[in-house]
Amino acid sequence: MSILVIAEHDNASLKSATLHAVTAARKLGDDIQVLVAGGDAGAAVAAAAAVAGVGRVLRVDADHLRQPTAENVAAATLAVVARGGYTHVLAPATSFGKNVAPRIAARLDVAQISDITGIEAPDTFVRPIYAGNAFATVRSMDPIKVITVRTTAFDAAPATGGSAAIEDIPAGPEIRTSKVTGQEFSKSERPELTSARIVVSGGRGMGSGENFRLLEALADKLNAAIGASRAAVDAGYVPNDYQVGQTGKIVAPDLYVAVGISGAIQHLAGMKDSKVIVAINKDAEAPIFQIADYGLVGDLFEIIPALTRELSA
Amino acid sequence: MKILVPVKRVIDYNVKVRVRPDGTGVETANVKMSMNPFDEIAVEEAVRLKEKGIATEVIAVSCGGAACQETLRTALALGADRAILVQTDVELQPLAVAKLLRAVVQKELPQLVLLGKQAIDDDANQTGQMLAALLDWPQATFASRVDVAGATATVKREVDGGLETVEVALPAVVTTDLRLNEPRYATLPNIMKAKKKPLDTLVPGTLGVDVAPRLVTVKVTEPAKRKGGGRVADVKELVAKLRSEAKILP
Repeated sequence: MSILVIAEHDNASLKSATLHAVTAARKLGDDIQVLVAGGDAGAAVAAAAAVAGVGRVLRVDADHLRQPTAENVAAATLAVVARGGYTHVLAPATSFGKNVAPRIAARLDVAQISDITGIEAPDTFVRPIYAGNAFATVRSMDPIKVITVRTTAFDAAPATGGSAAIEDIPAGPEIRTSKVTGQEFSKSERPELTSARIVVSGGRGMGSGENFRLLEALADKLNAAIGASRAAVDAGYVPNDYQVGQTGKIVAPDLYVAVGISGAIQHLAGMKDSKVIVAINKDAEAPIFQIADYGLVGDLFEIIPALTRELSA
Repeated sequence: MKILVPVKRVIDYNVKVRVRPDGTGVETANVKMSMNPFDEIAVEEAVRLKEKGIATEVIAVSCGGAACQETLRTALALGADRAILVQTDVELQPLAVAKLLRAVVQKELPQLVLLGKQAIDDDANQTGQMLAALLDWPQATFASRVDVAGATATVKREVDGGLETVEVALPAVVTTDLRLNEPRYATLPNIMKAKKKPLDTLVPGTLGVDVAPRLVTVKVTEPAKRKGGGRVADVKELVAKLRSEAKILP
């Protein structure tokens, strides 16, 4: 019996989210197979084959999978699953995995278990509900379990040390009812938000997008990623991919610095598993202080430059 | 073009949910219920498409207990033309809802199904994608902009790296993200008018759908409490503590 992990990649490399899904898969069984559906994705295939614990990489390479739609990735996955022998199909709970996995589950006529944070048995999983204000332990009665994995709840599998066999699987016909026609991706030299060791996040209290430069200077000193609350994204201070929270990104860095963020439960849902939380806010009553290890009440426009200077000293 | 807008009745987003002491779920007695906020955005978008002359009819549909009528009346007050309740007291999981919606789609033949990307109770983020798969329709999830022209919808999607644009051939399923629009408030005259709009009730049996749950909830627990509330007086103390106590900084 095998566990299938759907790789998230950009053809040239494997996204780190995939490594976390592999770790979850290893808790379920020993025969881990990773599906790389892409176009000219040789580098991503090689990266997947090198991941420790991966037994086999299934390569589906076709031009229409270069910038794949959910429809085409789901079709490629279903063709693999149809070969039989799979007990679980896993994908990271990223915008990629969330988009694709339910299509696969529905076609297999099985439930999907979303965003798991724990595995109690091969059929029993823990997952957050109500923005992480409760955790449900659920048991699946379906023959195949389709799962998305919360990446912060499982360590990354080592990217090297494996030497998986690579198997080519023919791509099916292209599904043409949808196509990707454009991408506007934020370019940044900074660490990626969901995998950074330190995250500095700004909220409505930042007052403007320009003021986020203060956080950039601090983030430079800390080699940190920059995040934001929904309020800051809605106000247009920063792009949507900065958003941390129930419906944005889930992060759990070693250090999370919340600046001018009041701490709505929807935001806390995205960051409260951080190891150490620092809150900087002028409102001493802000709920963020209730979960912060180190709260500093005061004017962020004085504190952030002072903090940046102190770290340079 | 008809638009179908599935809406879910959930605990209001402002309510702090409490886990029942017996661990069977969360407390729902005497708790304020509302329309799932993402679905409210979907209703608003559908109504705007009608106001632009692109849609001819907006049909709201909800699956669940009799109380979902209230949620449907809200959708009608926001501008939906009529409503359908698929009434059942069985606990509905996303796959079952997707199957019920497929049956409604096959009756109503909409060109577009617009719904929230996730419900804020189970946070599953599945129903739209599952419905699209069951219908063999294309999908555009996490929409922050929807343009419909002819037989195509062009959708800007909020993805982890930024924004992605997809073009889907209609009929299609589109799920809404937070920044697609800001829903209007229902005005009193519209709330009154909504009471007179048609609301039909169906049951899963007549739609030929098996809604039995596939997942058994073993238990529901509170999250581990985080010990917070620590304070520092100034920047110097903060940096000192991050270095010596938390050992996060060198």
